[in-house]
Amino acid sequence: MKETQSIKTHSKPQQSPERISGSEAIVRCLIEEGVKILYGYPGGAIMPVYDELYKYQNKIHHVLTRHEQGATHAAQGFARISGEVGVAMATSGPGATNLITGIADAQIDSTPMVCITGQVTSHLLGSDAFQETDIVGISTPVTKWNHQVTKASEIPEVIAKAFYIAKSGRPGPVLIDITKDAQFEELDFNYKKCTGIRSYNPVPKIDETVVKVAADLINKAKKPMIVWGQGVILGEAEEELKAVIEKAGIPSAWTILGASAIPTSHPLNIGMVGMHGNYAPNVLTNECDVLIAIGMRFDDRVTGNLNTYAKQAKIIHFEIDSAEIDKNVKTDVAVLGDAKSSLKTLLPLLNVNSHEAWHQKFKELYNVEYEKVIKKDLYPTKKGLTMGEVLKEINTQTKGEAAIVSDVGQHQMIACRYAEFNQTKSNITSGGLGTMGFGLPAAIGAKMAKPEREVISISGDGGYQMTIQELGTIFQQKTAVKVVVLNNDFLGMVRQWQQLFFDKRYASTEMTNPDFVAIAKGYYLNARRVSKREELADAVAEMVASKEPYFLEVCVEKEDNVFPMIPSGATVSDIRLE
Amino acid sequence: MKKDIKPFLVSIYTENNIGLLNRISAIFQRRHINIESLNTSKSEIEGVSRFTLVVNITEDQMKKIIGQLERQVEVIKAYYHTDDETIYQISAMFKIKSNLLFEERQIQNIIKESNSRIVTVNKVFFVLEKSGRKEEIDLLYRELSAFGIMQFVRSGRIAVTKNEMKISTMLEAFQH
Repeated sequence: MKETQSIKTHSKPQQSPERISGSEAIVRCLIEEGVKILYGYPGGAIMPVYDELYKYQNKIHHVLTRHEQGATHAAQGFARISGEVGVAMATSGPGATNLITGIADAQIDSTPMVCITGQVTSHLLGSDAFQETDIVGISTPVTKWNHQVTKASEIPEVIAKAFYIAKSGRPGPVLIDITKDAQFEELDFNYKKCTGIRSYNPVPKIDETVVKVAADLINKAKKPMIVWGQGVILGEAEEELKAVIEKAGIPSAWTILGASAIPTSHPLNIGMVGMHGNYAPNVLTNECDVLIAIGMRFDDRVTGNLNTYAKQAKIIHFEIDSAEIDKNVKTDVAVLGDAKSSLKTLLPLLNVNSHEAWHQKFKELYNVEYEKVIKKDLYPTKKGLTMGEVLKEINTQTKGEAAIVSDVGQHQMIACRYAEFNQTKSNITSGGLGTMGFGLPAAIGAKMAKPEREVISISGDGGYQMTIQELGTIFQQKTAVKVVVLNNDFLGMVRQWQQLFFDKRYASTEMTNPDFVAIAKGYYLNARRVSKREELADAVAEMVASKEPYFLEVCVEKEDNVFPMIPSGATVSDIRLE
Repeated sequence: MKKDIKPFLVSIYTENNIGLLNRISAIFQRRHINIESLNTSKSEIEGVSRFTLVVNITEDQMKKIIGQLERQVEVIKAYYHTDDETIYQISAMFKIKSNLLFEERQIQNIIKESNSRIVTVNKVFFVLEKSGRKEEIDLLYRELSAFGIMQFVRSGRIAVTKNEMKISTMLEAFQH
């Protein structure tokens, strides 16, 4: 009774309820929510649901990954490229615990995801039964919401809430744990979508007077700078952001998860902020007079030392999640609300401006970075291949239309720095958690969500081997994802730190690697290895032209470093170019 | 920084769901903050639970934690207050050997002066209950421990605020 008072549901003409099993209800709920693809792995406590998935296979496609972690990353990739909720399913015990890395990743990167786990029969709860684990307890700190269902009659309402919570406001992962007896039990099925929960206010109402204060500050600014984050993409505010930037003529930088919201080639797009971001926006963070943060959370990888971060500037923070206001950086003006409506309200209040002298500063610093870093990365004169020139070749041949799914490490920083994007939702990477092994399964999910798009997975030799078994999923599903491994036979980013901060003591970072091409061929994938510059363009062309999945290993220089770099704890303006 | 640390009373209005205690305590645990006292009960609104807890932290930390608490889907509203903004009480029980009640006249004086209440007496022991501020209970504890305490237990702090908390209005607004 209490539950029905505390949530609002979408009113549909009342249908007479059908008597069905809990497991059928789970599948029917997913179908009602528009789920066409889900990722998972069967096992004892979830078998009744898999039996229903078999019966409903014409309406909903279950993708068998090779590990439950792969299922969560695939669901994340699906969500990140489409904006829809990704769905992952697993059995109890180890099946459920294997989801945790992906759930934690989705939590810190605000990815909408619903995970459904089977659980032992309710009378066995707490008895240390076979494959029993307290997944609700384990997942609590890394979920937006979680819930255990022990009665079939609760299933429709709980799943409706799960989808609503995962997608609304600042999105995040939700886990629903369903006991096996609840899957077998029957219920009167009648699905109503959830449209509101009384204790939950996902989108704060915009206070127009605050927006006016923000607009005044921006209009008076001589050296304004925007840093936007993923909030712009999640809030589908790309057009609104572009309009604001263009009208007020503000140089605009992005966080790693904000990449691709505005095309790379846009003249006001000044690059990435943060540890391996671009030189100009990092240095000028400490010179701007007004810093406008939009849908970003001042992560420590963005700010460096907080005590010396943008102290000269007035800070305006556009943000949907009130807990982010003043969390890391004290703001002068906080505009609560979703990015789309906030920027829409802001736009008419802004004066037309161009800030030409201020722009010139960014250009000058870009030239410094170009001479010291970019030229060497993209047009190397030394013998070994660089990661940067691989990205350049991919840009050229995909014309910036590809979605780039990167893993974690040096190649990720290079990919995010150099990939060119014409479309939004095209940079899929593990930002907050830094989950090695994310890339390959996430690319599978992305390609399945948007089969019409070119999806290129770029991994290093380390992270690739953390989820390499998902090549089996690619083969079985015939997912035409393109898999690039930039192989330097090292855990490159850790090695770079060992070189710079641990006197080159390369503890456990050198990798003796297998024959990656043979492994890919073992999964019956087209595969090729390149180690010479003159072969690179041809290999990338062959990969891009392929209608089937394709594996490309590029053997790159072993001990290259990623620059620029803000050493941890240093100030953004102390960014090193070499 | 150390000197800015003070006790805050946190009142959290929530839905009454399994697992919420875990979710709330995890927010403190993750930040390495000890919960000094904790009480959960129903509130003045039907179906709404109220958590009352005390933590010793800085006000800056406190504000951020309120934000994190309110982020939780099933938290309706969270507030923090300093001691002088609330009326608060804690309750304690002392189990003491019955013979002391008759042999040690001092004990009877202590009971009278402390405004504590005898809940039950039998041949073996009697139970004393005292509600009040922590200092009063600490004082009573010190006085009685001279004679020997068989068992002692103290509740978490409970408090009402001097100012209004507009939970009902918030919940009514949801219905429309």
